[in-house]
Amino acid sequence: MGVASAALALGATACGGKSSSDAGSDKDNPKAAIAYDIGGRGDQSFNDAAYAGLEKAKADLGVQTSEAEPSEGEGDPDKVQRLTQLARAGNNPVIGVGFAYAPAIAEVAPKFPKTTFGLIDDTSKTGKNIANLVFNEEQGSYLAGVAAAKVTKTKTVGFIGGVETPLIKKFEAGFAQGVKDTNKDVNVKVQYLTQPPDFGGFSKPDLGKAAAEGQLDAGADVIYSAAGLAGSGAIEATSKAKKWSIGVDSDQYNQQGLAAYRDYILTSVTKDIPDSVFNLIKSVKDGKPQSGEIRYGLDKDGVGLADSNPAYTKMTDVTAAVAKAKADIIAGKITVKTAP
Amino acid sequence: MRKFDKDRLLLGLAGPALALVVAFLLTSVVLLLSGRDAIEPYQLMVENAEFTDVQVLILNQTGTYYLAALAVAIGFRMNLFNIGVDGQYRLAAMVSAVVGASVTLPGPLHILLIVVVAMLVGAFWAGIAGILKTTRGVSEVVATIMLNAIATALIAWLILPANLGVQPAGSNDLTTGEIAESGWMPGLDVEGGTVYGFTLVAFALGVVYWFVLNRTRFGFDLRATGASESAAQASGVDAKKMVLTAMLISGAVAGLAGMPLLLGQTHTYSLSFPVGVGFTGITIALLGRNSPVGIFFAALLISFLEKTSASLDTYGYEKEIAIIMQGLIVISVVVSYELVRQYGLRRQQQKVGEELAAQARKTKKEVAA
Repeated sequence: MGVASAALALGATACGGKSSSDAGSDKDNPKAAIAYDIGGRGDQSFNDAAYAGLEKAKADLGVQTSEAEPSEGEGDPDKVQRLTQLARAGNNPVIGVGFAYAPAIAEVAPKFPKTTFGLIDDTSKTGKNIANLVFNEEQGSYLAGVAAAKVTKTKTVGFIGGVETPLIKKFEAGFAQGVKDTNKDVNVKVQYLTQPPDFGGFSKPDLGKAAAEGQLDAGADVIYSAAGLAGSGAIEATSKAKKWSIGVDSDQYNQQGLAAYRDYILTSVTKDIPDSVFNLIKSVKDGKPQSGEIRYGLDKDGVGLADSNPAYTKMTDVTAAVAKAKADIIAGKITVKTAP
Repeated sequence: MRKFDKDRLLLGLAGPALALVVAFLLTSVVLLLSGRDAIEPYQLMVENAEFTDVQVLILNQTGTYYLAALAVAIGFRMNLFNIGVDGQYRLAAMVSAVVGASVTLPGPLHILLIVVVAMLVGAFWAGIAGILKTTRGVSEVVATIMLNAIATALIAWLILPANLGVQPAGSNDLTTGEIAESGWMPGLDVEGGTVYGFTLVAFALGVVYWFVLNRTRFGFDLRATGASESAAQASGVDAKKMVLTAMLISGAVAGLAGMPLLLGQTHTYSLSFPVGVGFTGITIALLGRNSPVGIFFAALLISFLEKTSASLDTYGYEKEIAIIMQGLIVISVVVSYELVRQYGLRRQQQKVGEELAAQARKTKKEVAA
């Protein structure tokens, strides 16, 4: 119900703006919008992280916000229309969550030269008014690999990827490299839940659960899942078996939906999407809009490893190894691969 | 005879009209039950349709759906349920994109090559189900559903950079590489965007569909086999050959469904190429009663619902309203067509009865005289 009323409130503002804002009196009345990736808000992961950034901008900067969700199975023309509509309504910036928006932003951005477009997870399309917000997921995943290799007793760890896309392969590559660099004898079991265009691997917890159970049977005692909402199923299965799981995107130890399993959530590979969204909105509001590639790596805490589980912080040898790996990556002594 | 035709036309229109009214009312009930305004969403959707870019979007989507629905309708006419249009469409789009990106030919030839490859691939994929049905008696429903899943896996494998795919620098997407400009099909530039050239081809194919089905021997054989396989066989039609041919044609047309978007907009097949077009095609073919004109309006209606509802969520309504409406339309269509059919049947019986009675009275009078 809260969501519904919030949506209604948002609707009212968007409605009022539509007719009058084409002239562009945005200075006193800043508006920002995000267009979600598949799954939309409520995925406990990627989209929700972007939403958190938007909410922060609303609270801290007094920005009016709008959101738009994609339909299942839609194509580029629908994305073009969505971005056009958001830009036409006077939103600035307009942020596309996910690489699927790249072709659409490349098409729409030149038509609205005064509007800044944010594009998360893609640098293939660039422009004066396009800010490419990208992350070094492989670096965060490398640290998870280090932790997993240190913690495992069975010398077997698991990786569960949601959908087999290049983005998720970055997580796998970093994780596997982190494991092998720490202990060559540890075996990494890799499984992907679905193949594109079936994106169910990001949204169906039962798939994650079944995959995790399989890996547990095969002897894995630490499982890292990069699978959006489907990852919660993996966390549930792992925790019931009293083995360690590693979360992704946000600090899943602190997520309400997973509170029952959190004692076994060793750590999470965080990706600071909220701040990237917030920073972009703030830069536009301050009159110095970001543009070009904005990279969030370990050095800026754009990615990292969460330490909210006390059981994890107690393992001082593990945290020390992670801290050292982190310093080495930042210093450039370790280069993490982006493809397995 | 003429009066009878008018009746049939009226009855034909009554089905969809009844279905739409019922679906509209039921959707309003759903809205009221969830405590929403039952009128405003429709107003917003109509307002949305006033934007020229939305109109172009609707028209282009109509073209894509029209092709998918024609593919389904060809099967339906033959009493075949090709649920595999979606897989045929995706595989055809993917393979033809690969072929298109690997060659450069003078404009029209390049486009023609891509289109022919798409038709062949679509026909091939549907043909597997056709051969399974004619040689082993496997239901085409089961075979095509499974071929959808196999197409998904096959595309996922083919599009890996190690095989036929390309990962553009800095992108997290996988594509088949960009087709050279000679393979881009020009469209109609109008206010609000571009109407894809292939959208017009799609509508032209509707005429071809009508002609082949209603004015050729082949079309007659196809309809006859669909109506009764044994009767057709008795009159000299090779039913097995018809099944296979119908599947091949259905698949070839399904292969075309990806062409408007591929030739007119994306010029590459990527992970974000639309899915589910084939399933929407089934809805549209049902709603349009397999007639080329009916399918056009059904495709237009579904595209209208889909595109104008897309931004409902920015006004505080869930855009799933349109999905509910589409679902209700499908259910209402099935129910109302059956009701109208029964009503028509009863009416016809009554009429025949009356005529017979009148004739009987007449002969009685004559005898008496």
